[in-house]
Amino acid sequence: MSPRLVRAADDAVGRRDTPLRITLDGEPLTGVAGQTVAGVLLGSGRTAWREGPSGAPRGVFCGIGACFDCLVTVNGVRDVRACRRRARDGDAVTTQSRAREDAR
Amino acid sequence: MTRHVVIAGAGPAGLGAAAGALRAGARVTLVDAAENPGGQYHRMLPDAYAAARPGRLQHGWRGFERLRGRVLGNPRCDWWPESTVWAIDRPDRGAPHVHVLRGEADAPERERHVLRPDALVLAPGAHDRALPFPGWELPGVCTAGAAQALAKGERLVIGDRVVIAGSGPFLLPVAATLLEAGSTVREVLEAGTAAALVRGWTRRPWELAAQAGKTAELAGYAGLLARHGVPYRTGRAVIEARGDGRVEEAVTARLRPDWSVVPGTERTVAVDALCVTHGFSPQLELPVAAGCELRDGAFVTVDGDQRTTVPAVYAAGEATGIAGAQAARTEGLLAGWIAGGGSAEARELDSLRRRRDRGRAFAARLAAAHPIGAAWPGWLRAGTIVCRCEETTYGALRRAAGDPAGNSAAAVRLATRAGLGPCQARVCGPAVAELLGGPAPHHRPIAQPIRLGELARPPIEDTATKESAR
Repeated sequence: MSPRLVRAADDAVGRRDTPLRITLDGEPLTGVAGQTVAGVLLGSGRTAWREGPSGAPRGVFCGIGACFDCLVTVNGVRDVRACRRRARDGDAVTTQSRAREDAR
Repeated sequence: MTRHVVIAGAGPAGLGAAAGALRAGARVTLVDAAENPGGQYHRMLPDAYAAARPGRLQHGWRGFERLRGRVLGNPRCDWWPESTVWAIDRPDRGAPHVHVLRGEADAPERERHVLRPDALVLAPGAHDRALPFPGWELPGVCTAGAAQALAKGERLVIGDRVVIAGSGPFLLPVAATLLEAGSTVREVLEAGTAAALVRGWTRRPWELAAQAGKTAELAGYAGLLARHGVPYRTGRAVIEARGDGRVEEAVTARLRPDWSVVPGTERTVAVDALCVTHGFSPQLELPVAAGCELRDGAFVTVDGDQRTTVPAVYAAGEATGIAGAQAARTEGLLAGWIAGGGSAEARELDSLRRRRDRGRAFAARLAAAHPIGAAWPGWLRAGTIVCRCEETTYGALRRAAGDPAGNSAAAVRLATRAGLGPCQARVCGPAVAELLGGPAPHHRPIAQPIRLGELARPPIEDTATKESAR
């Protein structure tokens, strides 16, 4: 199993979901308005989307903007912390790699 | 003229400080990186969720809502959400200047502001401290705080077969949150031995009685774990995470009181997520930038009225000692009142100071009951990554530390790049400091990333006259 969103129908907080769509490296993903980019990626079954210097996969670690492991490019802007940025409908998210950076 | 107080951070301490400063008659600018106040403890659901019962996931929600309403509804309070303090300076050695970026997280072209208040209250909060172990860089391994933030903040469950491991009472609310969200928690592992916990928690029981709310909260979690059949094991830790491209199993082992592994006690447990926490690291870059002295290199030094060693700068909450939300709010109330020009002799401060002192005693007890065992580096192997950003291994650190040509901690950091990556040693700093000796680095003149284009544009001056003319 993977990370998942609590189903709205089962959720004790009584929320109403408005769906949103983003893309990750061109592939369409769906999420819920209000989610962070990291939340949308995790909820779509992605646990990793960035590569460390060795090319090893990385995803969310601290979840509150301190570790910078979850950096993504959003609509062409690099180095956005996916755990801190709210996803917007239509966001084009692309993955980053420190390995590729070093090779440049 | 009305005093202007800037408060950095709108968690329990910052909100308390805002309330205190407003009560003293000051004008307040309350700055926080999030869209809503509450900090990590009262992390709120996004407005877009239109949640009918947001308080369901929260302890002390009513009190928080009252405080939030009183602060944000006060005409003398200017609430700056999505605003990041990226630098503090004191050009004339007077009250500090506070440099703020306003706009979406890490967005380009945020507005750059400079605030020149009469007083500054720093309430930056803390994040999980996580000790390294082999495989901790695998996706699916995250801090307990990450699991908590995702579940409380957007109802995302990090996994369905989860082990929560580390040390400290924070293990319990995270387990409770995951259980509430329908996840299966395989086990909760407290590295401290049962004897150490009992010693720490039963000493001076009258202090605990004064923290009845906290004690009841912890007892509630224990009951919840029992009802769900989740084992809470003491003296046991995750010493390795394994998996192909993501975590698939955790290796746990029994620990001695110094956290060395008891050989032959290793067990593996299948997981899809592993959450770790070994206490909290206060976020100290803003206090350090303001010039505040630190106590033991780990917390901001404050006096009985929450004054730091820098004139006109106050600190409250986890930055002054890890004591939890209630204590943070009390410290904030006191700091805000004094920063706002309230009299230090005011009679109502007596009970506030008593509550604050009880909070400090609780923090000391917490630290004593959950010390980090000195033998934890025994979990590491030569190839274990210590600095996640730069993938500096334990072996590389030891080699550099043993090199007679440059074995100062600073030289080792330069040679291995440990702590010099994007997180600027926020994550590995305490661990590297313990491995090399010496204090953890907190000096980050640029406290939060700012883009060159933002730096290049002139800042917006927020002078007192302009603001009060609104």
